[in-house]
Amino acid sequence: MTTVYVPIDATARSLGADEVATAIAREAAARGEAVTVIRNGTRGMCWLEPLVEVETSAGRVAYGPVDAADVPELFAAGFLGGAAHRLGHGRTEDIAYFKDQERLTFARVGLADPLSLTDYEANGGLRGLRAALSARTGADIVEEVVRSGLRGRGGAAFPAGIKWRTVAATQADRKYICCNADEGDSGTFSDRMLMEGDPYVLLEGMAIAGLAVGAEYGYIYLRSEYPDAERTLLAALQRARAAKVLGDDILGSGERFDIEVRRGAGAYICGEETAMLESLEGKRGMVRPKPPLPAIAGLFGKPTVINNVITLASVPIVLDRGGQFYADYGMGRSRGTLPFQLAGNIKRGGLVEKAFGLTLRELLYDYGGGTASGRPIRAVQVGGPLGHYIPASKFDMPLDYEAFAAGGAMIGHGGVVVFDDTVDMAGMARYAMEFCAIESCGKCTPCRIGSTRGVEVIDRIRAGERRGQNLALLRDLCDTMTHGSLCAMGGLTPAPVISALDHFPEDFQR
Amino acid sequence: MYSVKEPDAGTPARSTDQQVTLEIDGKTVTVPAGTSVMRAAADVGVRVPKLCATDTLEAFGSCRLCLVQIEGRRGYPASCTTPVEAGMKVRTQSDPLHKLRRGVMEMYISDHPLDCLTCPTNGNCELQEMAGVVGLREVRYGFDGENHFKNAEKDVSNPYFDFDPGKCIACSRCVRACEEIQGTFALTLVGRGFASKIAAGPTNFLGSECVSCGACVQACPTATLVERSIVERGQPDHSVVTTCAYCGVGCSFRVDVKGSEVVRMVPNKDGQANHGHSCVKGRFAWGYATHRDRITKPMIRGSIREPWREVSWDEAIAYTASEFRRIQSKYGRGSVGGITSSRCTNEETYLVQKLVRAAFGNNNVDTCARVCHSPTGYGLKTTLGESAGTQNFDSVEHADVIVVIGANPTDAHPVFGSQMKRRLRDGARLIVIDPRGIDLVRTAHVKADYHLQLRPGTNVAVINTLAHVIVSEGLHDEAYVRARCEPAAYEKWRAFITAPHNSPEAMAPITGVPAEMARAAARLYATGGNAAIYYGLGVTEHSQGSTMVMGIANLAMVTGNIGRPGVGVNPLRGQNNVQGSCDMGSFPHELPGYRHVSDPAVRALFGAAWGVDIDSEPGLRIPNMFDAAIDGSFKGLYVQGEDIAQSDPNTHHVTQALESLECLVVQDLFINETAKFAHVFLPGSSFLEKDGTFTNAERRISRVRKVTPPLAGKADWETTLALAHALGCDWKYEHPSQIMDEIARLTPTFTGVSYAKLQILGSIQWPCNDKAPTGTPVMHVDEFVRGKGRFVVTEYVATSERSNWQFPLILTTGRILSQYNVGAQTRRTANNTWHKEDRLEIHPHDAEQRGLKDGEWCKIRSRAGETVLRALISERMQPGVVYTTFHFPGSGANVITTENSDWATNCPEYKVTAVQVTPTAEPSQWQREFTEFSEQQDGLLPQGA
Repeated sequence: MTTVYVPIDATARSLGADEVATAIAREAAARGEAVTVIRNGTRGMCWLEPLVEVETSAGRVAYGPVDAADVPELFAAGFLGGAAHRLGHGRTEDIAYFKDQERLTFARVGLADPLSLTDYEANGGLRGLRAALSARTGADIVEEVVRSGLRGRGGAAFPAGIKWRTVAATQADRKYICCNADEGDSGTFSDRMLMEGDPYVLLEGMAIAGLAVGAEYGYIYLRSEYPDAERTLLAALQRARAAKVLGDDILGSGERFDIEVRRGAGAYICGEETAMLESLEGKRGMVRPKPPLPAIAGLFGKPTVINNVITLASVPIVLDRGGQFYADYGMGRSRGTLPFQLAGNIKRGGLVEKAFGLTLRELLYDYGGGTASGRPIRAVQVGGPLGHYIPASKFDMPLDYEAFAAGGAMIGHGGVVVFDDTVDMAGMARYAMEFCAIESCGKCTPCRIGSTRGVEVIDRIRAGERRGQNLALLRDLCDTMTHGSLCAMGGLTPAPVISALDHFPEDFQR
Repeated sequence: MYSVKEPDAGTPARSTDQQVTLEIDGKTVTVPAGTSVMRAAADVGVRVPKLCATDTLEAFGSCRLCLVQIEGRRGYPASCTTPVEAGMKVRTQSDPLHKLRRGVMEMYISDHPLDCLTCPTNGNCELQEMAGVVGLREVRYGFDGENHFKNAEKDVSNPYFDFDPGKCIACSRCVRACEEIQGTFALTLVGRGFASKIAAGPTNFLGSECVSCGACVQACPTATLVERSIVERGQPDHSVVTTCAYCGVGCSFRVDVKGSEVVRMVPNKDGQANHGHSCVKGRFAWGYATHRDRITKPMIRGSIREPWREVSWDEAIAYTASEFRRIQSKYGRGSVGGITSSRCTNEETYLVQKLVRAAFGNNNVDTCARVCHSPTGYGLKTTLGESAGTQNFDSVEHADVIVVIGANPTDAHPVFGSQMKRRLRDGARLIVIDPRGIDLVRTAHVKADYHLQLRPGTNVAVINTLAHVIVSEGLHDEAYVRARCEPAAYEKWRAFITAPHNSPEAMAPITGVPAEMARAAARLYATGGNAAIYYGLGVTEHSQGSTMVMGIANLAMVTGNIGRPGVGVNPLRGQNNVQGSCDMGSFPHELPGYRHVSDPAVRALFGAAWGVDIDSEPGLRIPNMFDAAIDGSFKGLYVQGEDIAQSDPNTHHVTQALESLECLVVQDLFINETAKFAHVFLPGSSFLEKDGTFTNAERRISRVRKVTPPLAGKADWETTLALAHALGCDWKYEHPSQIMDEIARLTPTFTGVSYAKLQILGSIQWPCNDKAPTGTPVMHVDEFVRGKGRFVVTEYVATSERSNWQFPLILTTGRILSQYNVGAQTRRTANNTWHKEDRLEIHPHDAEQRGLKDGEWCKIRSRAGETVLRALISERMQPGVVYTTFHFPGSGANVITTENSDWATNCPEYKVTAVQVTPTAEPSQWQREFTEFSEQQDGLLPQGA
């Protein structure tokens, strides 16, 4: 019996993984070969998807990108024995892209059937939860997370442990854990890959958070564009409850925690934590002013931990291996690892989990291999649609929250979108304003009106209308949005605009 | 928009003992913790620019004009959403702030039409004002970009206000007002980003859930939502604070006036009963005051078949006096009487009863409270010692369990209904005891924990079952009862209430309330914290109305729920001055302050003050007057501001009585149904035309202030005064304040009341005397007014009005939001938009059985009479029970109601009439006669009247 892995991840599926899996099963049957096809999570090497792996005595051997039409040929070549082939890459673990990654959060993603609790446990799952259950107090768990230096991976990079401390210290009859799975930034997919590839680690992380702060209920606010992740999460929840990983008696401890998946309705702003709370409460997704902090008065007015998927999914390993283990990775105040996501005009797009500290250049060239078009990289946008455009002159910045901030950029959720030298940066600036105009919640004036005026002013600049005055007006407008907006959406929309103006002024003079 | 030049601190006040001191623009200020920086700034006279903030709504933080700088903090926090902190140093003015504010305003104005000069809110527009404050000098974006104003379509569906989305700045003040203040949730923001806009339901305001309370219009800082009257008449030049003349909530209003023309009424933010909120009646339905139907000249006629003759005031008064004297000399001193009005002021009511007692020389005075809350007076006086509700409205904010019995606050007391809903949204539990599914049972973000949908007429049985559960399960407050109530009466009651026949199980077949639900509700009431009972006419207008009031008092006493905020027994009074008219001695057995006429000391006091001997025998109640008129011993009646022909039960009987009178004097704004039987018509004055006071359901005395001169030349108190003079009395009053001074002199609970004090305090809840110089928000705090609370055995006795095969359904009656009682006022306004006729609500099952379709005519027949209405098929009803309102005289609701009444007070049993309902194609005989008679009477009015 040979085990063959075909990813069930949405990226792989969109590239034909389902057909490949079917073709393999069919071909095996036709040939009388005993083959078990396991649909695993993705290894994160998107340019190789669908990436088929064969379990051999030497380890898992990778082939990709595999088309269903390639399958008979692969069989003929003896891929079940790990034979060489034009699509073959040798052992998965030896692929350069993969080999040097520091997979802490994504340690299990791609190894096995994401819904198999047995595999989950066999690969180190539930050890964090068990450690948390044996902790003397919730505060001990919180302090372990503080020690790890784990910061919010959704973009704001606020220390998770400190947030948890506040929630733990606030007296209330109920508290909540909310997982922000409204991953809407352009060029990002780490949350999705994790939820589709290793859903239990997220559930485990949330349960640990619940034990830490005294919450018994959690919500996963999932964007509607992730139907595969929803299916996986719902199935995982069912199995976790059946196995008493969740419910009224977690792993026989007498502690209780349960989770509900709530689907968003397709609004970018609902990834903003307070708008997400409104949406979870059944209201229009509008940003709330802070204070009060959600940690003090969050969902339904109760103290609430809000963390992003990757943050919560990083908690089990912190509890399992200890805060110090995690903190040993990274640089400066950016501890641990971050799953960076390479997208846009890039040769080798995919997920790279590395400790903080490597440079943007390493990420773009050593991992990404430069542009897909083969032309020079002119700009990258890191941190989603509200991230700054970074010119090539700054590619040696280390990927570290503080270093990026000092360099006039932000890491955000770790999404990196690459543009070659054909990009029109004035057009990209316009797009930033347009995106804001479409996705603004409509609450505060700078964001609601400013973004539309921003589009209009940039249009006038591009059309050559009173360029000097309009460029000044654009900067004033950006200033009002930056300092006057209610939340980061309006506040950061000027970031791509101003960085484009500063680094690529020639594009506004054409 | 608020009334002219009202101050606005930006965010609501916070009340906490903890004080915080900070510095704003170098000024030191100390405010309660939780106060916003904006409000703290307002406290020291620093006005931070703002648009989305207003002190009636929680901070929202959307306009970004109120940004400030705080030492040690990054960026520019919004002062409205930032709470004060000790030692904070705030700057509200700086170059970066000026630039930011101008930047924001520039954006606003780039999406706003520049039509200030022709805009309805020109001169009273916050956007206009803020553009000036921040110094906006140019809009560099131009006006050719995307905008909301170029093709904006106005929504003019509501008769009272316009919605112009082209002027909207999307601040959501309207949406928030609808949610936070009114609790209707009719408005919403739709769309995202620049496309965000306000929407009222899927169509327009009229087609939405909107109840036209006006909160959104008041909250709007621009001309987006603006009163039609402002559009048509322009901005006011001043405003006068007065009290609404509709329901018993007694809302304080600012009447916005231009010259002497009313242009708008806006609820007063300082109003202690309404805190700046209003309903569609008080806010908008004031146009009746200048309706063409107003009669402005006195008229007399020899018989009701003769045409009216307009006469001078002198002639009308002299004629009336001579007629009353003639009748008295012919038929005796007791052959005449008067009816005071719960719609007139305390002072006017006081004068009418004084006229009857001093000039007529008898006690034949009664008031319309007879037909609404007389059982409240009797029941609460007997058990607690005072004929009034125990709490103020604000008490509800401390209630944990709210019980609503036979009341429909969201329709009949809408402003208090909104306050109650706010408390319910904040977590108070709710028990509704009502045969009908009123709104509160399930409305936006409010749901009753228990709806005890009893059979009409079984109130006492239900209240007994609740007390039975509480006492038999030991959930009562024994210590409270021991300390505060009469032991012997309690022991007797305890034995009665714990008897098996009072158990929910035994009573369920009678009440229709499942025993388990009654038990659960009783447990909640007894153990859920502060429990407050609010009740209405569904309690009083029964053959056991007084018994039920006492049953409610028993329940409150036995659980210790009287004597502190958050609890109590609260009658919701129907009309603006029911409480006051009762206080003022309108009943035939009581002098002002509820003192019995048989008490020689009381008679001596008033006798000496009035210079007359007061009859020691109680006079006739209204139903006795009718009976006496029919039997020929009662011949002259002075009716001020009441429409007994429409509002009293058994219309056939009432009209027969009125036709038997030799002199019926009606003093009213309009030719009402009673006036059609009158011989003298004295034109009345609306609440806008006189000074005085009203007393609301919480015993709150509030000023009514003259806004315009009386249309007919006399305020009502002046008319009564003239009549008194013509009858030989030498009363000397130059202003209603002097009448109040007399009341205060003679009434222990009013000793401390004066117009001067009302001017300072805004309003006063009686008792107000040396012991309580600023009034009494909550009564019976340390002990009951009567000393020890008295439990009264309340045995359930079924009404004789029962359904049978001939009359298988039970009809019950009530009110609706847009109309007011007999409708004389509201029917003469655009409120008819919402309710243009009374309908018979019937359960789908009962309708189906009768082949009755929604909107079709049906005949309702009782033992007393029959009438015809359109059917409204509704699941609010339970099978076997039908319901109607009585706002239109032609509906003939009281043609069907019977003369059954409360055993103690004669309050009619309006709420229970056995009827049969059948489809029909034509009006009833009575309705045909009514129409004919009305047309005939119209023809007898002077030309042009």
